Amino acid sequence: MKKVTLLAAACCFFMATAVQAETLKILTWKGYAPRVLIEKFEKDTGIKVEATFSNNEEMIAKLRATRGAGFDLAQPSQDRISSVQEKFKIYQAVDYSRIDTKLFIPSMLDAVKSNTKVGDNSYAVPFCWGTSGLIVNSDKAAKADDWNALMDPEFKGRISYRLKRPTLIAVGFALGYDPFALYSDAVGYKEMLDKVAEALINTKPLVKNYWANGDGLLESMRSSEVFVAMAWDSGGWKLHDENKAIDFKAPKKGALGWIDTFAIPSKAKNVDAAYKWINFIMAPENAAYFTTQEKVPTASQGANAFVSAEVRANFERSFPQETIDNIKWYPPVPAKLEVMEGKILDKIKAAK
Amino acid sequence: MMGNGFRITFWLFLSPVLLWLFLLIVIPHIDLLLLSFRGESDMGDPIWTLQNYKNFFIEPIYWYTFLRTALYAMITTFCTFILALPVSFYIVKLARPRTRGFLTVLLLLPFWVSELVRVYGWMILLRESGVFNYFMLKMGIIDQPIEMLYNDITMIMGLVYTSMLFMVVPLISVMESLDDSLIEAAHDLEASRFDILRTIIIPHCKPGITSGSIVVFMLALGNYLTPNLMGGKNSLWFTEQIYNQFIASFNWNQGAAFGFLLLVLSSVIIWVGLKVTRQNLGEVAS
Repeated sequence: MKKVTLLAAACCFFMATAVQAETLKILTWKGYAPRVLIEKFEKDTGIKVEATFSNNEEMIAKLRATRGAGFDLAQPSQDRISSVQEKFKIYQAVDYSRIDTKLFIPSMLDAVKSNTKVGDNSYAVPFCWGTSGLIVNSDKAAKADDWNALMDPEFKGRISYRLKRPTLIAVGFALGYDPFALYSDAVGYKEMLDKVAEALINTKPLVKNYWANGDGLLESMRSSEVFVAMAWDSGGWKLHDENKAIDFKAPKKGALGWIDTFAIPSKAKNVDAAYKWINFIMAPENAAYFTTQEKVPTASQGANAFVSAEVRANFERSFPQETIDNIKWYPPVPAKLEVMEGKILDKIKAAK
Repeated sequence: MMGNGFRITFWLFLSPVLLWLFLLIVIPHIDLLLLSFRGESDMGDPIWTLQNYKNFFIEPIYWYTFLRTALYAMITTFCTFILALPVSFYIVKLARPRTRGFLTVLLLLPFWVSELVRVYGWMILLRESGVFNYFMLKMGIIDQPIEMLYNDITMIMGLVYTSMLFMVVPLISVMESLDDSLIEAAHDLEASRFDILRTIIIPHCKPGITSGSIVVFMLALGNYLTPNLMGGKNSLWFTEQIYNQFIASFNWNQGAAFGFLLLVLSSVIIWVGLKVTRQNLGEVAS
């Protein structure tokens, strides 16, 4: 822990000294700021881009530690914004007049606006979206087609998932609950979590490992150490390019849909550059480059025309219309649930 | 005049250390200590409370994880000692002076690479589709690849590997002052090897063993990477508990309380250890 505080303090030091040239500091996910696009942006605007890779939880923790300073743009998922904003006030309201709304798919922009509303303001615009579902090696586990496969004794030692909240939700669905409907009912949600914990603890011997690193999971799937995993669709499509037997499968009960956003930290130094970056990356050809590269669809209107045919084929293969209609989109997470979930996750990890 | 000038230089040279200690260690810790006593009332208002500390004792997962972590750290310390003693004895007493330096550098070498890289190195070797399994399959020793990662034994091995050096170095330094003639005399008097070890070598090395053990124990207890990556699904380490509170549950107050509990409880364990072996910290440090 001492190390962490030291590191944080050291970071503050460096941040304080590095303000000469105009820079844009983005706190984002790995792959969300491709180098080619960064170079193009630097050439167009003369603004230097520094990207820091992270995940939802760490993004929130980082911004909370500095009370919203240190970065000009963050990319949390849309369901993790409103409760965090209410409590810690780490973002500033988005000025939608500075965003080129023509670049966005209107329904998505509206959904994110309403989901990130706190008081009279909204705090995010959509960037990209995707789903969590199953990545299955159909040579070895052809019949895995729903969340239950994660607890199926037939795949003993060949199962992998993250020990994070999406897994709890997925198993909730597998057990016949509707976790999203229970969001507003803390007691009911707790009951569901207890059942989920019981199921996951009972089936713990079946699990190979709890993956924590996306590349690590892909490696285990590639080497056939794992047959069934809960993971993001883009990972499945990456593997499908190399080995046709491995592919992303949307579970029958419905894949879990997320939207990652742009949100501006409350003490951002270079807000202008942040808006410039949003409008830049959402331009159809740039968004399409990102989609082709990372296999993650964006909220950019008209980008589809520029996306490579293979990536579109992936999407059409895994997502026929009825599967899309069946996607379960994450609603905003109420604040109290995270503490409950944290305890349950600890309990599962500590169990033998 | 002389004394005055000396005093100024003394403070001048000391100030970076003091600033470092104070700004980067003392102040953040005071902040964390305050955080650990904060909480929320049922209405969601911030209040002062001992609840964060109570949670540790009420919730079995938390103290169980701590006990487990402490126990495993002790096992690690013991295994490290068992391995380090012959190694340092060989380096100091048996190796020729020229190879001695070379051997010490050899021990140091792995520490030029970061811990993360070393752990990933182990993972490449031990995983089911890894190097060891590949060769064992080729040589026909096994006909099914074995998963050697993600269990407690591998985790302890990883911890021992990362902390070896911190046991060997203090042992080498105390062994250098051990007079060879004592061992020779014991031999002449027909003492067994075990007796020599028990009555001559270990008592002489006591301060080194203690300081090495303290360092290794603290390092193992505070390690995050190795248990997490090599221990896999069953390795809830107490540091991970702290990380989870800060990062996953957004509960900094609880995380801070755990941090201080780790500090206090590990100090208590070391204090008890010193008492049981009838030593005091002053002797060990000198």
